[in-house]
Amino acid sequence: MGEGVSRREILKVAAAAVPLVLLAPPWIEHLWAARTFEAQAGAGMFQRVLILVELQGGNDGLNTVVPYEDRAYSRARPKLGIPRDQVRQLSSHFGLHPALTPLMPSWDAKELAIVAGVGYPRPNRSHFRSIEIWETGSESEQVLDEGWLSQVFRRFPVPADFAAEGILLGKGDAGPFSGGQRRAIALRDPEEFLRRAGSVHPVSAPVSNRALAHILEVQREIWKAAGDLQARMRQVPELGIEFPAHKIGKQLQVAAQLLAARVPVAVVKVSHGSFDTHAGQLPHHHRLLEELAEGLTAFRSAMVRHGRWRDLLVMTYSEFGRRVEENASHGTDHGTAAPHVMIGGQVKGGLYGTYPSLTDLEDGDLKYTVDYRSLYATVIERWWGLSATMLVQGRYPALDCLTG
Amino acid sequence: MPLTFDEARHLLSRTGFGGTPDEIRGLIAMDRAAAVSQILNVPSNKTQTAPPRWVHRLPPLPRERRQWSERDRRAFREERKEESLELKGWWYREMIASRSPLLERMTLFWHNHFTSSLQKVKWPPYLYWQNLLLRLHALGSFRDLLIAIAKNPAMILYLDTQTNRKDHPNENFARELFELFTLGEGHYTERDIKEAARAFSGWHIDHRTGAFRIDLFQHDDGKKLVFGKSGAFDGDDIIALTIEQPQTARYVVEKLWREFISDQPDPVEVDRLAALFRAERYEIVPLLRALLLTDHFWRPEQRGALIKSPVELMVGTIRLFGLPLDDPLPLIRYGRKLGQDLFDPPNVKGWSGGTRWITSSTLLERTQLLHRSLRGHETGHAASMKGMQNGSESGWLTTEPIDVVQAVLLPLPPVYPSAPADERAQSVLQFVSDPVYQLK
Repeated sequence: MGEGVSRREILKVAAAAVPLVLLAPPWIEHLWAARTFEAQAGAGMFQRVLILVELQGGNDGLNTVVPYEDRAYSRARPKLGIPRDQVRQLSSHFGLHPALTPLMPSWDAKELAIVAGVGYPRPNRSHFRSIEIWETGSESEQVLDEGWLSQVFRRFPVPADFAAEGILLGKGDAGPFSGGQRRAIALRDPEEFLRRAGSVHPVSAPVSNRALAHILEVQREIWKAAGDLQARMRQVPELGIEFPAHKIGKQLQVAAQLLAARVPVAVVKVSHGSFDTHAGQLPHHHRLLEELAEGLTAFRSAMVRHGRWRDLLVMTYSEFGRRVEENASHGTDHGTAAPHVMIGGQVKGGLYGTYPSLTDLEDGDLKYTVDYRSLYATVIERWWGLSATMLVQGRYPALDCLTG
Repeated sequence: MPLTFDEARHLLSRTGFGGTPDEIRGLIAMDRAAAVSQILNVPSNKTQTAPPRWVHRLPPLPRERRQWSERDRRAFREERKEESLELKGWWYREMIASRSPLLERMTLFWHNHFTSSLQKVKWPPYLYWQNLLLRLHALGSFRDLLIAIAKNPAMILYLDTQTNRKDHPNENFARELFELFTLGEGHYTERDIKEAARAFSGWHIDHRTGAFRIDLFQHDDGKKLVFGKSGAFDGDDIIALTIEQPQTARYVVEKLWREFISDQPDPVEVDRLAALFRAERYEIVPLLRALLLTDHFWRPEQRGALIKSPVELMVGTIRLFGLPLDDPLPLIRYGRKLGQDLFDPPNVKGWSGGTRWITSSTLLERTQLLHRSLRGHETGHAASMKGMQNGSESGWLTTEPIDVVQAVLLPLPPVYPSAPADERAQSVLQFVSDPVYQLK
């Protein structure tokens, strides 16, 4: 085995690594599949909830899932490298950043899947453009107006009795829900939301002024969601789990309350950051990862306790990873591919995909090994059991990382 | 042709924070060109509000900091937090008191263009200096502003030029210079960024004086290749090269179009205005004059076609209603909740604005804020509405006919059917609660 191969540990069979022809059925078959599922879509599959965790600013993948045996890693990261003895080992080559230690029980329970090298061809290193690419599911040069979840729900509407397609917690835009006339509700505090929603009077006058039309649409969303939430929130059970007091902890606590109260919703999005660590990365990144791990640990406990853990799939995303070589400011600049995680009661834990080589680089950046749309295909096809024709067009195979 | 009431109202609400009936009537006798000239006539860019007392302080030097105990560090953070609030409060007061609303709006526009945040810079005086710089050039020359901002302490810290060194260039500033400040995405290459970053290496601030200086030991004076041209460029050369690109003028014009006219810039007009901007050597006032005199600006369908930013909503309401302000803290808190925290934009791209101002969460916050303000909760004074109720208030809200009050407060007819209201205060509350009040 050449040096390149030995360094690139081949992990579990990466769907992305298998030749395209074997995985992508002819398009006609996909159309057929779409029709079968379309009828069912409203019925059952959206009982399964996707929890999206946005890592705003571009998370440093190399210091999250650390290739601690790779000499190229220590060479590229003389100051920022995580020393081997501090890494929480996952395999003989890879380990988690020590701040992620609270996630180890999930790893041991085989509920944590790590997908290495997630990115896309001809990567864009602008925060805003790259997150737009991720959130609309587009090609690098293609500009789409509709978020990837909006595209899914346009094709497969959620049941009419749902409070909303998605609930957005924390700051950040509608992102994957943008475009279209879809229902995504931004919430900070559900009780406060209900108290204030009482003053909203929906108006259904047709207007040509787009700004006004937007406001009236948001009013209707509020009115509908408030009606649905009202009944549910009256009976929020005591979570019985203490959540950490930082922002991501609080967001996940609200998410847990909504889910424990069985508010019908297909997606909950939380956001955490900023991971844009151009300077003084070590303490900052440590804190961010630690908060994330603490929050997710409390969330898991609460959801297990309330019998919802098997209905949930937690997935992270971020606009990009960071440059392999650290900069002079004890930080890292914008890069490309990075690992992402899926956690949940029906996740088959393990390492997926191929960790990109740290020596075979493109402009100093990692070459992606798994297209990010494979994560979406996994959610759409495997988690919700829908056909993903529209979005991923059979070109981005789902990962085999879910049990159900 | 003299302006109509609605046209004069439109001009004031788009270029400032809205106008009182008297201010609107003051423009009615004029034609468009004269009215626009009056708006653009900003006699002074001096501020009227006394700045916080600490604005000239310099940050502690690293060797001092190294000797600090944990307690010292905590005290330091607490002090900065206090100062941050004072700084934000200072700008709110200035916007409310200002006799040149356009100057405030343009300073805010540039703050959202050349973003920097307290969160990253961590030294409030530097953000104050930056604000002064923005207002100095707000209606001056874009070229001068660009050159000055690249050497501004808050910017140098915000985009990491401070740690851009010869051996390890930091790309942050070079990238945003092209992507967000001048050209826009897609008009440069990754190579251009990497090369330009080298030209800004060694561009540091001296914390002992707070002054910009080029650290020659950290400056890479080698050859660089940017936009297909090569030379031993330094940062000033890169800015000059960027300014030469016709796309820079187009990019700035388009952004100003979105600020003042609509979210759909007309490509033909943008090209025309961009050519004019270049011919005027990047002077901002001639560009604004031409922009405000386009037919597009005056079209009836543009009225109420933009959404007020949180700051416009709050400052505009306070100015229009003459609400007293003892403590700006509630404005700062609401600004944050509504998605516009002054001196702390969410990221280097600034506030996205437009329809994104309104989400299910911020719309409810806006309604609550307006109700509370008019009831005096947020300003500590219950005077305004009570005054209206018992007819003792002498302001225009009580003296003007009700249809004038409506025409001043709302750019379009209200969406909510008007409920019969016996009292003036109730009618006013109805107008302000209408979704149309969110528009400008």
